[in-house]
Amino acid sequence: MPDRAKKIGVRCTLNGTAATLEAYPMARLLDVLRDVAGLTGVKEGCGEGECGACSVELDGEIVNSCLVPALQAEGATIRTIEGVATGDQLHAVQQAFITYGGAQCGICTPGMVLAAVNLLERKPHATETEIRAGLSGNLCRCTGYTKIFAAVMAACRDMDRTVEG
Amino acid sequence: MRASLPSYELVAPRNLDTALEMLAREPGVWRPFAGGTDLMVLLEAGKLPHRKFVSIWKFGELRGIAVTPESLSIGALSTYTEIQRSEILQREFPLLCRAASETGSVATQNRGTLGGNIANASPAADSPPALLVCEAEIELISAKGTRRLPYHDFHKGYKKMQMRDDELIWRVHLDRGSKRNKEYYRKVGTRKAQAISKICFAAAASVENGQINDVRIALGSVAPTVLRATETEKSLGSEKLTSALLKTAQETLGREISPIDDMRSSAVYRRRVAQNLLSEFFDLMNT
Amino acid sequence: MATRVIGKSVPRKEGREKVTGRAKYVDDLKFPGMIFGVTVRSPVARGRILGIHFEPGIPWEEFTVVTAKDIPGKNCIALLIDDQPCLAAEFVNHPEEPVVLLAHPDKYLLEEARRSVRIEVEPLPAIFSMDDSLARKHVIWGTDNIFKSYQVNKGHVEHALREADLIVEGIYETGAQEQLYIEPQGMIAQANAEEGVTVWGSLQCPYYIHKALVVLFGLPKDRIRVVQAETGGGFGGKEEYPSMIAGHAALLAWKSGKPVKIIYDRAEDMVATTKRHPSRTTHRTAVTRGGKLVAIDIDFTLDGGAYETLSPVVLSRGTIHAAGPYRCPNVRIRSRVVATNAPPHGAFRGFGAPQSVFALERHLNRVAEAVGLAPDEFRRRNFIQQGETIAVGQVIHEKVDMDRLMDRAFELSGYHAKRKRFEAENPGKMIRKGIGFASFFHGAGFTGSGEEHLASEVAAEATRDGRVRVMAASTEMGQGTNTIFSQIAGEALGIDQEQIEIVQPDTANVPNSGPTVASRTSMIVGKLVETAALEIRAKLVSGGYLSADYNAAEFAEACRRYLDRVGPLTSFAKYEHPRDLFWDDERYEGHAYGAYAWAVYVAEVSVDMRTAEARVDDFVAVQEVGKVINPVLAAGQIEGGVAQGIGMALYENVVWQEGRMVNGQMTNYIMPTSMDVPPIRVFFEENPYERGPAGAKGIGELPLDGTAPAIANAIAHATGANITRVPVTPEVLSDLLESVHA
Repeated sequence: MPDRAKKIGVRCTLNGTAATLEAYPMARLLDVLRDVAGLTGVKEGCGEGECGACSVELDGEIVNSCLVPALQAEGATIRTIEGVATGDQLHAVQQAFITYGGAQCGICTPGMVLAAVNLLERKPHATETEIRAGLSGNLCRCTGYTKIFAAVMAACRDMDRTVEG
Repeated sequence: MRASLPSYELVAPRNLDTALEMLAREPGVWRPFAGGTDLMVLLEAGKLPHRKFVSIWKFGELRGIAVTPESLSIGALSTYTEIQRSEILQREFPLLCRAASETGSVATQNRGTLGGNIANASPAADSPPALLVCEAEIELISAKGTRRLPYHDFHKGYKKMQMRDDELIWRVHLDRGSKRNKEYYRKVGTRKAQAISKICFAAAASVENGQINDVRIALGSVAPTVLRATETEKSLGSEKLTSALLKTAQETLGREISPIDDMRSSAVYRRRVAQNLLSEFFDLMNT
Repeated sequence: MATRVIGKSVPRKEGREKVTGRAKYVDDLKFPGMIFGVTVRSPVARGRILGIHFEPGIPWEEFTVVTAKDIPGKNCIALLIDDQPCLAAEFVNHPEEPVVLLAHPDKYLLEEARRSVRIEVEPLPAIFSMDDSLARKHVIWGTDNIFKSYQVNKGHVEHALREADLIVEGIYETGAQEQLYIEPQGMIAQANAEEGVTVWGSLQCPYYIHKALVVLFGLPKDRIRVVQAETGGGFGGKEEYPSMIAGHAALLAWKSGKPVKIIYDRAEDMVATTKRHPSRTTHRTAVTRGGKLVAIDIDFTLDGGAYETLSPVVLSRGTIHAAGPYRCPNVRIRSRVVATNAPPHGAFRGFGAPQSVFALERHLNRVAEAVGLAPDEFRRRNFIQQGETIAVGQVIHEKVDMDRLMDRAFELSGYHAKRKRFEAENPGKMIRKGIGFASFFHGAGFTGSGEEHLASEVAAEATRDGRVRVMAASTEMGQGTNTIFSQIAGEALGIDQEQIEIVQPDTANVPNSGPTVASRTSMIVGKLVETAALEIRAKLVSGGYLSADYNAAEFAEACRRYLDRVGPLTSFAKYEHPRDLFWDDERYEGHAYGAYAWAVYVAEVSVDMRTAEARVDDFVAVQEVGKVINPVLAAGQIEGGVAQGIGMALYENVVWQEGRMVNGQMTNYIMPTSMDVPPIRVFFEENPYERGPAGAKGIGELPLDGTAPAIANAIAHATGANITRVPVTPEVLSDLLESVHA
């Protein structure tokens, strides 16, 4: 039985709140968020960085949390799906997913929503092509993507109106 | 997940000098860990027996793009996203930016680094063919100092590099004067996004009055390392672009590459497509 | 018939939980004292187990270890027959067959322990191809390697072939396909002799698991309980397989005395669980010079893997759909599913029909070509009409208008103009375009007397505040069960769908409405939901609590008064098989399905001649589905199914090595990303089926039948290549193009 590394306390800002998460340095950020921080909205779909179900925002960029070692989250600002809505008020993307049928089984949805929110925050006027390309790292087996893009485009229009209004 | 993650050591030294000292003190014991997009995949598949890693992720010396009149120097920790967002790289080294945009997904691009791509030394990597065509130079750093070598000389064999255990890739240098007027990059993957390359073809040439000059051709996934197709380049010489020339070059290319059958594709397909992509490059040169 | 709630795109009932990440899937659940389990699997395809060795370096005394000896009841996963062991005892018959189970509180140590168990197997000769199995190179199952065979005989095929103007032959193959639900398989179990066994997990069919655990543990039915957690996709992959992982978790829980969670990682899920049955279909088709079908002679073989599991039923559906929605007086279908030493193949959306329909729709294009007709003109001369019989002799009583569906699909896709334009513009181009179609049908519900045997039941109960709880075993896995049932019940009761509560499928609380498969949930179970709801309403009306015309507030008040004065307000609906439907299992003929959905799909593709990569640029799916209960959900089903069909046609290739999948990673098993799928355009026609709720038929599997052949036909149009197998990978197409353009 190989020796174990010592656990470290990873200090980060998690969905707006300061947190110190105890973990092995090479533990996957995915597992730390789910098991230590209790944020089960972050999902494991593949453990190889292919499906995007584990997507979280790390220092403002979307990453696959299954590929980030806990040590490298030290000092980071992290947003998960749990940090997208504002209290009971759903984000425009979340509401659009409900209205337009962007979620079916829902397992890819947290990663997909977060990736879409991140994309629209960077590119408020994203075209459908840019949205398709920007979300191509989030795999969905249920929807065939059509309604996901309808939802994101609708949210894009809503967010635009909010900014202008 | 097929690894006992707790038995892996990952430490984050305060600065680059400390990290280099660790690598120098016990060569081969500690290995560098950048964005993790290759290492974590291997680790989770149970294919990473090495246990001690030093995180270099935070070292600013390995980041940023420095500009001089003659060259651009890209920090090894530049992510594919940073490369794509660099206006000067988009303008002057579009092939490298293309390669970066075709590597993995947005999430991978945010964490994957140029240095990591080079050091992982997969023959299927997307940036190396572009780097070869751009005639990049690698600068390595260690506790003993720095040294530069042409990227062309860097890969010696499958996963064998001209790099000591105590060295890190520090910067990648691109000659701003190396621009040619016809540039081509095409990756043929298993699907349109987030795909491993079945074959990757990068090329650049100076073409004037239907005559090719100074061509550089590099391919991925057709040999144990990224391949600079020097024989094919020679067969093109400084000739006029004719269909006879293309045919000769295709035959040379077919002999020069050594693609294999694997779970993703076949040797026959790779060879055929390599020759077809050369033809597509010819079409580009004729426009 | 005007409807109030049905026909509207009401939002998904559990949508809010899903978009906020609050929906709880099995791996999100934690129980006090819970430990983790893993499975140690056979390293070889076939052999005799000589020993199980526990290597040093692991504190084995801390572990719970389970082998076949620990099984309290019968060592099998009870399904149609009992040939599949829960844990291999003396022999292994496929790579990755489960042999040993381990449990421990430390997930990481558990993984090291898994790698430290060595299963010593003396190899036996194994079979890896359908041909070797049919030839009985070795007999690996039963007496002849054949799980099941069927024969359909309509008219006199031999005679018709002898008299034929023209005969066209072809052989078509489809490969295995992995369901690739994004949530891997998982179960949590709690089990002990006093309380019995409870499992929670990712699953489609709670009562399948229930039956399997009853047999595995030898316990009475009321001591086994199965609860469905939110399930992240199934597509058939969680129809029968979950019984295996549930059995494993339960055995570890039984022996350890603790709750045990087993979650497969993607690699394990890919290599060890079921896939779509690979197939080979041989067609011999006789036509008149005028393009009329005279005889269809089909030989259809499926590769079933090592144990029978559901193969006879997959074969059944594939057989019945093999000759399609066409008129033909003479049809013979000889089919069989055979054993090989691979993990058993299983249910995947379409369930045999995608395999046989691919062959048929490709073949009919070639038949058309042989008689000099355009493929659509050929279909039109042979589409079945109302009152005519399909291959198994079922008379199509309903109105069917394939011509109209084809007209509409062609108009929406611009088929004719594009076909001409592509043909004119392709020569010499490096990117060639093609457009192709498939015309097909899909029967909903269980075949023949299947529904009668299932004898499905649904219950409903009204509460004091006028909410009505619906209890059924049908599971939500993204297809919209919860929402559809709410709409059906709401419509029947004259109240809002938000007043309907769908009880979480839990065998302790819901009756057995049958498995969530076979495109039966809306049509069969939905009808029972409607019946149960109507009965609640009838009780209130006949008791004088409600007048014939009431509003939601009055409904709530009526429920309150009934509950106060009479007692529980419940209802119960049980499936009644229509007396006029008769299926002959011996002769394999009769009334196969209660209703069919009918469809024409059109695919437009581009083929890069340099790389032989094909991509789908546009896809039009037109189908008649009885009644659309929820337009957004229904379209979502078709879009998702078409995307899986695109995967089946172009990308999803299982690479086998001695019975084992070697590309079991999402990096190497390629499903389409958003960049590989065009906007999928879906259109519905309605022709109410009188036995479906509000006229609805089933639609879940339909898109898997027509997508791959439409794409294959389009590629053939673009390139002239004769596509005879899927997936049409660039490697395969590249070889075909060499021979076409040589």
